[in-house]
Parts: sequence; C-alpha cells; structure tokens
Amino acid sequence: MSIIVTDAGFAPDDWSAGFETETALDLPSDTDPEALEFDADTQMIRVDFPSFADGRGFTLARLLRLRGYKGRLRAKGHVISDQYAMARRSGFDEVEISDELAARQPEAEWLFRSNWQQHDYQSRMRG
Amino acid sequence: MYSYTEFDTAFVAERNRQFRQQVERRISGALTEDEFKPLRLMNGLYLQLHAYMLRVAIPYGTLNGAQMDQLALLAEKWDKGYGHFTTRQNIQYNWPELRDVPDMLDALAEVGMHAIQTSGNTIRNVTADHFAGAAADEVADPRPVAELLRQWSTDHPEFQFLPRKFKIAVTGAENDRAVIKAHDIGIQVVEHGGEIGYRVLVGGGLGRTPMIGKELAPFVPQEDLLPYVEAVVSVWNLLGRRDNKYKARIKITVHEHGIDEIRERVASRFAETKAAFNGADLALFDEIAAQFAPPAFRNAPTEAFDAAYEADPVFRAWTDSNLTAHKAGGYAIAQISLKAHGETPGDATAEQMRVMADLARRFGHDELRITHEQNVVLPHVHKSDLPQIHKILKAHGLATANIGMISDIIACPGMDYCALATARSIPIAQEIATRFDELKIENEIGELKIKISGCINACGHHHVGHIGILGLDRAGVENYQITLGGDATETASLGERTGPGFPAEEVVPAIERIVGAYMDHREGPEESFLQTYRRLGMAPFKLALYGEDTGKRSRAA
Ligand code: HEM
Ligand code: SF4
Repeated sequence: MSIIVTDAGFAPDDWSAGFETETALDLPSDTDPEALEFDADTQMIRVDFPSFADGRGFTLARLLRLRGYKGRLRAKGHVISDQYAMARRSGFDEVEISDELAARQPEAEWLFRSNWQQHDYQSRMRG
Repeated sequence: MYSYTEFDTAFVAERNRQFRQQVERRISGALTEDEFKPLRLMNGLYLQLHAYMLRVAIPYGTLNGAQMDQLALLAEKWDKGYGHFTTRQNIQYNWPELRDVPDMLDALAEVGMHAIQTSGNTIRNVTADHFAGAAADEVADPRPVAELLRQWSTDHPEFQFLPRKFKIAVTGAENDRAVIKAHDIGIQVVEHGGEIGYRVLVGGGLGRTPMIGKELAPFVPQEDLLPYVEAVVSVWNLLGRRDNKYKARIKITVHEHGIDEIRERVASRFAETKAAFNGADLALFDEIAAQFAPPAFRNAPTEAFDAAYEADPVFRAWTDSNLTAHKAGGYAIAQISLKAHGETPGDATAEQMRVMADLARRFGHDELRITHEQNVVLPHVHKSDLPQIHKILKAHGLATANIGMISDIIACPGMDYCALATARSIPIAQEIATRFDELKIENEIGELKIKISGCINACGHHHVGHIGILGLDRAGVENYQITLGGDATETASLGERTGPGFPAEEVVPAIERIVGAYMDHREGPEESFLQTYRRLGMAPFKLALYGEDTGKRSRAA
C-alpha cells in the first residue's frame, strides 16, 4: 500500500485507473527531456524518485508544467518530508510514499511543510 | 550595502526553524544519517576529522561591522576563539557541537547572515570580486547581480539535489579577481554600446580534473540572465552524471558533450525557462542595485598620508604592498593580511575580528570584504586615515605587509582538520612564510602566489598558483608535488608539474631553488615570476630542482 501526501496531509490513493492506461504516464527519473511528451488525454503523470538524492524529478516536473501540462502530477518513491515544498514548487500536486516511509516520517512532519507557498524566493523573481 | 528585506528576514527565520526541527528529528532517529546528511550540508554543516564544521556564507564577500562582530561572538561562544576565512568567501568554525548549531544560526540571523547552501549538491554561496564598488577598473559593481543570483538560487526548488555542487562567481572588471574561469559558471559584467550585460563562462573547476571555463555566451542582457543561468543548471541537472561523483561536475558534462552541444541545449531550454519570467526580476534587480549605491566619499587633503609615507619605513612598506587604487580621489583600498608569517593562513581571532569591525565603522564606511585569497579588505578608506589605521592593525598583529607576495599563501585546512586530506598543508605554508621572512627577500621577489592543497580536491587552488603545491600520500609518507605557471586571473592557466614530488622537509629548499632560478633568469625586477616562467618554460626550473639528471630520479625521490 502507499500513501498520498497533499497539503491536507495523508490520504489513501484515489487514482483507480492505474498506470497501464492511455490516460496515465509513469516516468523514470532518467527520462530524456526531449522525450517528455503528453497529450490532451493525459490526466495523470507520475515521476519516480529512486532516491531522495536524485533531484532530476524536480526539473522534469517543472518542464512538464512549462510545456503546458495541466493534469495531475505526482512524485513517487523516496521523497522525504523536507522535500515536500520543493516538490510542490516544482509543479507536483502530490507525493506518493510507502507505508514504511510514512511510519518513519509521520503526517505532522509533512504538514510542517504545507506552507510551501510562503517564504519562496521564486515567487519574488517571477512576480 | 545590501540589508535584508522583511522577506529575507522571515525566510531565514523559517529556514532556521526547519533546521532546528531536522536536528531534533535526527537525534530522535526519524531521519537516518543518510537523509540528514544533505539537509545539514545545505545548511552549511560538515562532518570533519575531529568534529562538525559550520561554514557560514559571506555573500560576495561583503559584510559590515556588526556582522563581523557577530562572527567574533560565534568564534568565542561556540568555537575556540577563532574562525577560518576560506577561498570561497565563507568563514568556517571548526569545533561546534551539533546541538548548538541551531543557536549559532539564529545568532547569525540577527545580523542578516546564514549558512545556507555553503555545502551540499546545491548552488553554493555566490562569490564576487572583493574590490567590487571600489576598484578603479570596473565596468559595474558585480554585487547587485550576485545578490540577485543569491536570491534566485536560495532554496531554488529544482536545484537542491543536483548531481554535485555548483559554484558561481561574478566579476565586474576585465581584471579577474574572482577566479571566474575556475567556477561552474563564471559571469563577467560587460558593456556593449552602452548596455550592461553579462558574458557567461561554463565548465571551469579545479579538483581532481582541473579545467578552465569556456565561453558559453558573449553577452546575455539583464532581462535574460536568470532564465539563462536557470537553463544551464536545468540542462545539467538532467544531463550531468549521477553514476560517478567524480564525473558529476558540469566541467565533465561540458567536456563529454562539447561546448557546442551544451550551448545548443541551453539555447533550447532557455526558450522554455524564459517564458516563466515576466520582468519582476528586473524590478527586484533595481531595488537591490539601489542598496549598493557608493558611500558619500569625502573630499579631504592627504598630507597626513604623504608625511607618514616619507617618515615611516614600516608604514611605507605596508602601503606599497597592501593598497590598491580606488576609484574615488584621495581614497584607497586597503588589504588586511591574514597571513602573518608562521600563522595559519586565513585564521583570525575574535579580538582581531572586532578590531577590523571597529576600523570599518570608524574609517571605512562600515564595510569589509573577505577575499578568495583569505585576506580582509577595507574597501573605502581615506588616505589621511591610513597612518592611524596602520597603527591599530600593527597593535593587533594585522599589519603584515605581504599582499600578493610569496608569504601570502592560500592553504586549505589539510591534515590538521580535513577528513579527506592526504597530507598537511598549513604547516607547509607556515614553514615557507617563515623561511622567506628570515631571508628578507620577499620584496625583491615581488608578486608570487603560492597555493597549497592537502589532497587532489584542490580546495587550496594549487592548480592556479604561480607555484602550486599538492600534498599526497605515498605509502604512508607525505609527498608534495609542485606545479609551476598556474594563473587565477583573466589570463588563467593550469600549472604544470615539475617532476617527482618532495618529502615534507624538502619542500622549503625546493621552493628556494625555484625562486633562486627565477631571480637568476628574470630580465629585471619588473618581470614577475609568472612572466619569466612564460618566457622560459619549465627547463631552468627543472634544472634548479633536480640537477642535470632531470627526470632520471625515481618517483619515490
Ligand atoms: C575541511 C573540510 C573540507 C572538505 C571535506 C572539503 C571537500 C572538498 C571536496 C570533496 C572538493 C572537490 C569537489 C569536486 O571536485 O567535486 C572540494 C573542492 C573545493 N573546496 Fe573544499 N573542502 C573542505 C574545506 C574547504 C576550505 C576550507 C576551502 C577554502 C579555503 C575549500 C574550498 C574549496 C574550493 C575552492 C574547491 C574547488 C575546487 C572545485 O571544486 O572546482 N574547501 N572540497
Ligand atoms: S584540498 Fe583536500 S585536504 Fe584540503 S580541504 Fe580540500 S578536501 Fe581537505
């Protein structure tokens, strides 16, 4: 089982269509930015974080948003609560973590970072 | 000088609150050491040989008296009474306890300072020319753009877990005092037809694979700078190697893909990043730039200076070596050497920090700078005040007259502090400085920069020293390789190895032989060591070092 983290805290996964469908994409962290494509039917894109030290997913999320993707965007894997604000600011809507990680990093630690819209230098740079 | 906006203050307070919580979670076990490591690193906390080390940022090397006083307080309260200024315009404290670090960070925040992104795989403290805003030769003050880059890079959501660290340096003058060619990105402020813009270099770096930065763009206009730099880091974040940390720096990415391919990739990424900026950064830049308006220089006679210069040979020697031309009439840029012969290069005691803070307040428009050569600068002093300044410096062991000379050595912490060291570097620097002080020939030798690293990571910049010294470990014995002809300025070059290395006790005699060869071969005192080396090449120095059987000696020698 896995847990979905949003600004509201922990919740079960409500994406029932799975990732083997036309409407969802499951991307590894080494996805070539040239191959980063989606179409009008894409409703969900999930980007893998094999390790929390692998920061490529943040740039992939940002590029997807810059390229006009408006659907649901999820970071999945080894993302720690300290990275929640980075994930949200890069364009992710939510983070999918394992039960094991959720036990070690309980909901309160994620909620501690739910104020990601505050104290953000980027918002000052970009108006 | 820049002072924090409410936003900056609130940001740092929040960041410190987060770090305090991270320390608690580490202690409770909620964070593994693996997970805590990048978090402490991005807040400036290293684990060294004996203890933690806290590296505090001095953005673009600029600070005021109150900030220097606070650095002194940290040194006294949480360290052993001193701090160590580094080659990247930071100060390091070598002995803090983990549980005290959040309090140290709060104390720094009181004076608008932090330790954010001084370590880790992030965009590091942005450095700049230490004479910014004072030098007679600059196109524009590089600090406003350095501050803009500081704000842009601070907590940048995409760039906190990069393949490796990323260092940016900015110069506002053609004369490069910021070593921009040895940075991941080097930026030079340039003017084309009345418009200010930026020349961007990429892929420089020292470490185990030293490289000189290459030009990526000759002129990036102000409104494109942030999206352009963002495009570079974005391209590298996805393209840079994550399989081998020794190949992860952008210099290797540029080397493997070629500068032309990187330039194309950056250009196409720039088309995307640019769309996310709407000009707010330009308004912010103007606000920042207004804070760097020059101080109100006074128009006063300089007779007091001239009289002391005539009368006092010690003062004269100090002014000859430690002053640089200022853009305002009657003013000078004065360097305070932290290289007293026989002391640790770059160390200052809390008392010395307070003396420097006080001098800045009384005589220097409340400004101080830290140089990448590990010295301190009073950037704006009126010449008539210099005799008194010199007297006070002398009373506190701060009047060493050796800027740019053979004893003004850059040395990394080496075996005395660093867990990665393969040899000592501080004692070697001390021995060289002491020896040439005894010989009383420093002035005669003139400009000669020695840089020493205690392992191939090259924190001491040895590759770009006129004489570089690299301490290695050969079967448990320290062995020092010497390179000649390195240059850290706009004419940057990497030094070449002389040949087999030397055991510790033979380093000083070897340096003496190199200097002797230079003195014998130079065309006159106006030809510097580097010029002589460039004219003659390695041969005469090799001969002086190894004798006729050059190269035949075994490597173990
Ligand atoms: C004592 C703890 C220190 C450790 C563990 C450390 C570690 C390292 C490592 C591993 C590198 C190579 C990075 C790479 O090539 O990717 C490096 C480079 C560097 N370090 Fe340090 N360092 C320390 C202290 C210092 C100090 C005190 C200074 C300044 C005096 C400094 C300045 C630099 C610089 C300028 C480089 C640049 C070369 C480059 O990466 O292009 N370091 N350091
Ligand atoms: S050069 Fe090596 S020994 Fe010196 S500080 Fe850097 S890592 Fe340590």
